[in-house]
Amino acid sequence: MKHLRAINKKAQRIDEAVTQMEAAAAPNADMEEDVVALQQAPRPHVPMGCSLSFSPGWEVDASGGTAGLCQPVERDIYDCYVTCFWPVQVPDHVNYSPDWASNCATATKDWRSLDLVFP
Amino acid sequence: MTVMQAPTYRRAEYHGFDAGGSDFVYLVSAGAIFEIDTDVRAVLDRLDGQELTHAALVRELVAEGRAAEEADGLVRELRQARLIHLGHAMPVAQVPQAPPADFPLQALVLNVTNQCNLACTYCYEFGADKIATPAGKPKYMTLDTAMASVDLLIAEAVGRKSVHITFFGGETLMNFKLLRDVVAYANHATAAAGKAITYSLTTNATLLTPEIVTFLSDNRVGVTVSMDGPPEVQDKHRVYKNGKGSYAVIEPRLRTLIAHHKTRAITARVTLTEGVTDVVRIFRHLKDDLGFHEVGFAPVTTGEERAYSLDGNGMDSVLAQFNSLADEWLEYALRGESHGFTNVSETISELISGVNKSHPCGAGLGLMGVSPSGDLSPCHRFTDADTHTMGHVSSGIDRAKQGEFLAKGHVEAKYDCQSCWARPLCAGGCHHEAFVRYGDTGHANLHYCDWIRQWTDTCLRIYGVLSVRNPGFLERFVERKGLS
Repeated sequence: MKHLRAINKKAQRIDEAVTQMEAAAAPNADMEEDVVALQQAPRPHVPMGCSLSFSPGWEVDASGGTAGLCQPVERDIYDCYVTCFWPVQVPDHVNYSPDWASNCATATKDWRSLDLVFP
Repeated sequence: MTVMQAPTYRRAEYHGFDAGGSDFVYLVSAGAIFEIDTDVRAVLDRLDGQELTHAALVRELVAEGRAAEEADGLVRELRQARLIHLGHAMPVAQVPQAPPADFPLQALVLNVTNQCNLACTYCYEFGADKIATPAGKPKYMTLDTAMASVDLLIAEAVGRKSVHITFFGGETLMNFKLLRDVVAYANHATAAAGKAITYSLTTNATLLTPEIVTFLSDNRVGVTVSMDGPPEVQDKHRVYKNGKGSYAVIEPRLRTLIAHHKTRAITARVTLTEGVTDVVRIFRHLKDDLGFHEVGFAPVTTGEERAYSLDGNGMDSVLAQFNSLADEWLEYALRGESHGFTNVSETISELISGVNKSHPCGAGLGLMGVSPSGDLSPCHRFTDADTHTMGHVSSGIDRAKQGEFLAKGHVEAKYDCQSCWARPLCAGGCHHEAFVRYGDTGHANLHYCDWIRQWTDTCLRIYGVLSVRNPGFLERFVERKGLS
């Protein structure tokens, strides 16, 4: 390394690692990074599951359980369906499966009636 | 709608300091120390409180007169060393990683007796904050228990070339006969197992005799003497049960010990309490008048405020004196001499390696305590405490309890430590101190965070000066301390 002088053992190990990286890297490796998921700032503060955005209040309640949620957990699926840009979790309701949720009027009660969709 | 932005650089977590006319960074994620040049300083200054894209950062560096290629290389180097991070490449907080379940044992502390001929008022083993529950248990360790301890140590030290036994008490020398027999047995047993063994012992020095000193020297037993300083200081707390001070008794014995024990360093270990804070004077007496090789200091462990507790003012004064001894330590080191202030030497050793601790010490990991009855505990400070039993020398280590203890004590389980740059060295501090203070071995020792950071900074500066002005001393230090 040119600008950092390693003065303890751990630093020397980093020095060695950097030397190896330099040797392995392409001479003009691009220092700019690709656009990747979740890079927006500020970063989302929510736990990362299958969904990128959550409405607060229906993962766990104040006591860490699900009994006192302000929205039913089943609301989850509609949130993905209606508001989320994520394309794979629910059927395509615009083009192919416009009626997939028509048997389910009240998600808390009849979410089991949601259709299975076979593309 | 989410706006996609170009990723930006930000500084990694580090502690910057200057020493000997140079700038340094202590990189927290690794425990690494680097001397940095003005180019690095320029990058870090630019990223102070703001984030920049690669293009913007390079542009600014070029505007200051650097060639584009040079600026690019500089940024690349800092990135590869992880002194700066590119936006989303920030490492995600890890779940505490448990150490390997079969982490090999390296050392046992044998409490050969829980009896003591002194009644030091601040003793954690007998005083107001004691956690031991010795009622109905053996007062002296038997040879069978001691031999079982040695066997356990050898069996659990898988893959280790060398093991260590520390003899502890109570007053260790009240059971010297056992100590002698254990050393004979352990020498034999470790040799048969193809391992080396080293010994150390802690004593109040009241029972030292020329024969004992010869034995300790012949067997290369390192000796730590618990004592507090010159007569009036020593006799303030380190008293017999009738209140009589112990200085007059130990002084001639210490002189015999230091004159005749030639194989290992003789260390004094001082407990600082209310009114016993004259660190420099105590150091001078123990080092110059009595001739100890090393002198280390630690503030007394107390729960709630006791009459002998050190308050914030007391600690500030202690730290000021630590600093003046630290300056002396550096002067000695620049001349290539060894000074003997253990508190600096120990920290320097850790800085040389660049330790990055998952746990504050080896307690319950590579080291365990054994009570006179054979109960295992995380360390000698927990012996005979039913709440902290971790198996028995006859039945082995209780892995479930060990796992629970280690999970609690992991630095990443201590919320308060996550934003502290000194955590690679401190890791939250003594498990026992935390238990006495907060009732939880996994609690960070918040009452001394500021002092730890100040002290670590002092030692980093010493390290920095030496790396510039006398790097050879650090190399020899490594050899002398067997750190390589």
